[in-house]
Amino acid sequence: MSDGALEGLTVLDLSHYVAGAYCGKLLAAFGAEVIKVEPPDVGDGARRIGPFPDDLPDPEASALYLYLNTGKKGLTLDLWSDDGAAVLKELAGHADVLVENFAPGVMESLGLDYPALSAINPRLVMASISNFGQSGPYRDYRADTMVEMALSGQMYVNGDPEREPLSSMGYQPAYQAALYAYSGIVAALLARERDGRGQHVDISIQESMASEHQFTLNRFTASGGIRMRAGNRYGSVHPTTIYPCKATNGKAKNGKKGLVSLGISDPGQYVLFLELLDMAELADDPRFANPQACAQNYVEFDELVRPWFMEHTAEEIVHALQDNRIPAAFVNDVSEVLDDPQYASRGFWKEIDHPVAGTRRYASLPYHVSEASPTYERANLLGEHTDEVLAGKLGYDDKRLAQLRDGGVI
Amino acid sequence: MTVMPKDAAGPLDGVRILDLSRVWAGPHATRLMADLGAEVIHITGRRLAGRRTVTREIAEVLGTYPDNEPGERPWNRNVLNIDMSRNKLDITLELDTERGVGLFKRLVEISDVLIENYSPRVMPNLGIDYPVLKAINPGIIFCSMPGYGPTGPYSHFVSYGTTIDPHSGLASMMGYPGEEPHMSGNAYPDPASGMFASGAIMTALFRKRRTGKGQLIALAQAESGAALTGEASLGYQLSGRVPARMGNRHLRKAPHGAYPCAGDDKWVAIAVGSEREWTGFCEVIGNPGWSEGERFATLQDRLRNQNELDQHVRDWTRDQDAYKVMERMQEAGIAAGVVVNAGELMNDRHLNERGFFWKIDHPEAGTHQHAGQPIRLSETPARNYRPAPTLGQHHDYVLGELLGLSADEIDDLEQAGVIGYEPLVRER
Repeated sequence: MSDGALEGLTVLDLSHYVAGAYCGKLLAAFGAEVIKVEPPDVGDGARRIGPFPDDLPDPEASALYLYLNTGKKGLTLDLWSDDGAAVLKELAGHADVLVENFAPGVMESLGLDYPALSAINPRLVMASISNFGQSGPYRDYRADTMVEMALSGQMYVNGDPEREPLSSMGYQPAYQAALYAYSGIVAALLARERDGRGQHVDISIQESMASEHQFTLNRFTASGGIRMRAGNRYGSVHPTTIYPCKATNGKAKNGKKGLVSLGISDPGQYVLFLELLDMAELADDPRFANPQACAQNYVEFDELVRPWFMEHTAEEIVHALQDNRIPAAFVNDVSEVLDDPQYASRGFWKEIDHPVAGTRRYASLPYHVSEASPTYERANLLGEHTDEVLAGKLGYDDKRLAQLRDGGVI
Repeated sequence: MTVMPKDAAGPLDGVRILDLSRVWAGPHATRLMADLGAEVIHITGRRLAGRRTVTREIAEVLGTYPDNEPGERPWNRNVLNIDMSRNKLDITLELDTERGVGLFKRLVEISDVLIENYSPRVMPNLGIDYPVLKAINPGIIFCSMPGYGPTGPYSHFVSYGTTIDPHSGLASMMGYPGEEPHMSGNAYPDPASGMFASGAIMTALFRKRRTGKGQLIALAQAESGAALTGEASLGYQLSGRVPARMGNRHLRKAPHGAYPCAGDDKWVAIAVGSEREWTGFCEVIGNPGWSEGERFATLQDRLRNQNELDQHVRDWTRDQDAYKVMERMQEAGIAAGVVVNAGELMNDRHLNERGFFWKIDHPEAGTHQHAGQPIRLSETPARNYRPAPTLGQHHDYVLGELLGLSADEIDDLEQAGVIGYEPLVRER
């Protein structure tokens, strides 16, 4: 902990739900002191979402909250009260970074927008994450994950061409905005080392997701082409898809089918793949001459190769193909990734104990670093460090704390 | 000979990055850092660049060459590469030659960061793995990002974003109700891994400013997908349940889905949660008789009778303009958005008013509009200060100015095939 790359930095984390919270979690992993500021009594809305142990709602045992708030200190503060806003301003004087993901205009209405806070602390880096950014005609539009997937152009390319486009993969728009915010904050901290001043980082969830399908945008700008969704396949090459295969015994017991993922786009890999299936002659047929042709005739192609897949398990297929350097992979759900030998071998899952949720395995960051490794500690309880933070940072005595507590401010 | 100066200070000014990465994940990370002012030197072997040589037929399939015309130098005209390489510099270097590796090591001496996304055995085989380069420059930040990471039983696996997606659990969370896991249409783990890489590299740069030390960052793209679904794998441990695939439906909202609108393949996504939103929604659609019935009285009723509810919503949206529906819903405080395609996205009035798109002029491809940078810094903004380089455009600056080679020495490197300006086309 004493060695963290961001050691010595203090972060005020006014996040709720996903986007701001994941950003704060990353800052905490690298050793910053991250103070999660939650409304008294109710806390972050993520505490009400779950999933919960045995499906029994408990604000201290929501998986969403627990995962997104590891390593933080918990402070409750009613920002909607004058006293609460005043305490926040005082804290901002001692902070390096502030992260918030309120709807645009909320911080301003509380007297806590960037101009106000930067007047108190010109070195403050403030990141605001919102659905559509702090300006523009959609600024006050409302959105959830699906609406962000829709308006960023991501949803249109997911799903079957003849059916409705698909959203989901969990909370990806918010996660991506969190990653952009994190990079933006560290960039601003680097600039601060040189320029001596902080700045405001405006992150739009829509823009974050719109930045992550360059293939579709560049196709349009170059040739006017619109990339359509292609079903459970990948655009112009085949077989880059998921095939059903023979179930392993364990999975058959759970009533689950076997599935395997292929990612063949290279003509050399394609020929080798056909040879392994003992179907090399298919490449002589112009319909199946290469991955591009194959994509045009995938229905016929799938009919020809599916029987081979149904005779082999995913384990057999993945290893047979990978031994020949052909991209193939397992198809895991969120329970199966916990047992995957590759993640296990790299120590990706970190066991963290929590007084209410117990000892569980949490996903860590997707990299190992040789210096100043990230640390993973449990999420804060609601208001767990309120006294510690206010006494330690601002020197409040017991009387002042009691006053704030009686007034419902903390 | 000198590269074009920038007109404003970026937060990463003075940072030099050597970029051996290819395709998407690595270039996505370095594109971000170049936009923020870092000097990113992209280094390609001319055999690899050979993949950028295409026929007109393939160009039409890809659709990323201006007017589908590959031109005389297609390796300089693919708009996708031009987007990924904006603000970067480019040199060629054959790393399987002694002179190529020698020059590469000299570049490492004067750089802050090296990024590559080869399979784990390539860098050691070339004799330029982290221990070697650290000995040359202890301050070097070396980011390696193979699909499954450098160690473990699958470390040798060949992977793409499209196979990482199902492996990491992401695909299991998307799909039509009761059907198989569905791949993302855009190889999503690629840009997502790139974002983790940029964050890790900049964190290491921040530490280097304080300590002078570099480090090794070993990123596994497969783990990025699992990190971005960490709430679900933790949730499974708590509740014992794996999230069901439910199309566009929501556990606590109804109606919630994509509904067809007037025109070909036009859809609007509508999300109705609270009672206030339901009342507002009913008003927008004119309070039809069915909406007042008992079957839709409470959220529980609406969730229970979703098929019927969706049919009513579809009947209402089907003949309407998707944008009109979005605007009317939003005016009533209801989350709704057009399911935009690439063209609609580029013409989106909100994104254009915010100046999200950058028009970039390129000497061989013309002027095109690209996604800008979602990181909006108030004082040191990201910007485009240099179009994408052509293959080998910056030999004079990088080898001449930075390494001090004479014009004759650079010519000699070209004669010897260590550098060049055209790809070596691979026989297939």
